[in-house]
Amino acid sequence: MSFMGINWFKYSSPQAFHPLAGKMIPWFSAAALALIGVGLYIGFFVAPTDFQQGDAYRIIFVHVPAAWMSMFLYVIMAAWAGIGLGLNARPSFMMAQAIAPTGALFTFLALLTGSMWGKPTWGAWWVWDARLTSELILLFQYIGIISLRASIDDLRRADRASAVFALVGVVNVPIIYFSVRWWNTLHQGASVSMTASPKMAATMVTAMLVMTLGFWMYSFAVTLARVRCVIAERERQLSWGKNASIQQVAEAR
Amino acid sequence: MSQPSMSEALRGVVRRDLLLAMRHRSDVAMSVFFVVIVASLFPLGVGPEQAVLRMIASGVLWVTALLACLLSLGRLFTADYLDGVLEQTLLIPQPLAVLVVGKVFAHWVISGLPVVLLSPLLGLQFGLSGDSLWVLTLSLLLGTPTLSMLGAIGAALTLGLRGSGLLVALLVLPLFVPVLIFGAGAVTSSLAGIGSEANLSLLGACFLLSLAFAPWATAVALRIALE
Amino acid sequence: MFQTVALSGSRGERLLFSDVSVTVKPGTLLAVVGENGSGKTSFLRMLCGLLSPDGGAILWQGEDIRQLKELYTAQLTYVGHLNGIKDELTPVENLKLSACLAGDKSSGAIVQKALEAVGLGRSVHRLPTRVLSQGQKRHVALARLWLSTRPLWLLDEPFASLDTAATSYLTQRLQAHLSNGGMVVIATHQEIALPTDSIQHLRLAR
Repeated sequence: MSFMGINWFKYSSPQAFHPLAGKMIPWFSAAALALIGVGLYIGFFVAPTDFQQGDAYRIIFVHVPAAWMSMFLYVIMAAWAGIGLGLNARPSFMMAQAIAPTGALFTFLALLTGSMWGKPTWGAWWVWDARLTSELILLFQYIGIISLRASIDDLRRADRASAVFALVGVVNVPIIYFSVRWWNTLHQGASVSMTASPKMAATMVTAMLVMTLGFWMYSFAVTLARVRCVIAERERQLSWGKNASIQQVAEAR
Repeated sequence: MSQPSMSEALRGVVRRDLLLAMRHRSDVAMSVFFVVIVASLFPLGVGPEQAVLRMIASGVLWVTALLACLLSLGRLFTADYLDGVLEQTLLIPQPLAVLVVGKVFAHWVISGLPVVLLSPLLGLQFGLSGDSLWVLTLSLLLGTPTLSMLGAIGAALTLGLRGSGLLVALLVLPLFVPVLIFGAGAVTSSLAGIGSEANLSLLGACFLLSLAFAPWATAVALRIALE
Repeated sequence: MFQTVALSGSRGERLLFSDVSVTVKPGTLLAVVGENGSGKTSFLRMLCGLLSPDGGAILWQGEDIRQLKELYTAQLTYVGHLNGIKDELTPVENLKLSACLAGDKSSGAIVQKALEAVGLGRSVHRLPTRVLSQGQKRHVALARLWLSTRPLWLLDEPFASLDTAATSYLTQRLQAHLSNGGMVVIATHQEIALPTDSIQHLRLAR
């Protein structure tokens, strides 16, 4: 199948993808290192001190990009899962499998930095803010997907079952966000929101965007590396299973 | 050849599961006792103060209902899976999602309905009265079918896996969160005198949404599990 | 007519069979033979549509069963390795319910006649299936064939754990089905006492 003269499916086969991924990983890693370095530098040294929150607010340069990434990655993972289910394509399942741990890591990072920001700002390590709570549930869903996959021995079933759950979760997360916000207004809980104020300095926006870009590069690098592992692991299993597969059709009349 | 209508097949599925439940009445009784015992433990832990109990009543009773649903999810497909009935169910010439609705309905009648019927009594234990008792019962009536439907997805995904009991909890509890919030919120707002209509209609919306998607997802998950 | 075209299947990562093309014409039986673990059950489950093939297709009257879906399942009766009956229900209840769900005739009298035809006396009709022996449970599962009006039967080891009397009842039933223009695919270890011109063999090798 070709589209505009390019054989798109050439790289969808694991055998072709494996070396290509190998070549791309160093570039993404270098880009991630550079961008995260620059982002942190702008965030911690260039961006002005907030007159209300002091320097404690600077954690949002990690927190906000991490929270964004956790959601982006979930949606991308679910998209791969959906493609995998729809087209019965193994490489898509492998991508979904490879993305999950990185997504979980960013979710955890967002929660950790969120509570680090919460302590000086709200005076508590944990506040049942709608965003934080949704993030927590998102972490549970990542854990659910990873453990569901881990407890199924049959690869095909593991791929497909975790894909179904990823898709169910994609519907769930916005509903949870909405319901927790609703719950919050009812209980008059934390009224301080994690959103940075609209008149944020341009340097702050730059820092956040650079960090986000850095996190993207990191995700690419790590996901590709993990996909390579997944491919290698599956191929080994495949070679074990390749014993004689002769079958004879004897039609006795 | 006579083709059975969809409603006939649906009735057949429900009838079989209810008949089986009748043969296993002790199972049904156990889930009722579970709810009563768990709900009774909270006052022993928190203390008998009426004001405190009234405040935590909605949350406690809803979480109890949630756990009761979770514990009974293992019964939903496992027995059918082991004796081959599920395999035959997949071969019934009707959309599997419709048959799943039948199974989930029977499951709700066995595990959810007793909790709903019992809830006024449990509410009294926690010092709820009048309106809020009604709202509690109504919210459970609207919410427990949703729990059964969402739970069915998890039950189907973990069918026949080792340690599936814990895994199913890990998978479905995040899905239960909105129902818990709106259900318990309905009772809380009725206690606060704000009126519980908004929460109840949101519960209704959750029910419709899960009715539209959950049986379909469960059907897909069942086919995957049986491959 | 029922066909498989270049069908291949695997279990886990192990390839069980590949490039199987067979045609089952009305009035004929396909016996799938092979050692344990050669993929007979997987092959049958694939023909049911429970298992999706790695490659190739299964055609019913020339149409892919993945397109036909419920239209195809309405054509077949499958007796699997598992009996598909409930231990807590009596044989009569089991058969009535499964026949009702499958859309076959299901009055009490017809069901009792089916049970008698497979060799289960009236004394056990109203007992919970739980108290029956393994062989008797198998009888209950097979009694569905006496109720089935479907043209295609897919049977997984139907003769296992049957006594000689039941084996001959079942053979007669298969014969009657075939002479009515029915089709049978059967996974078996045993020789089937049917006219050889209506049987073809498919050997799956490990």
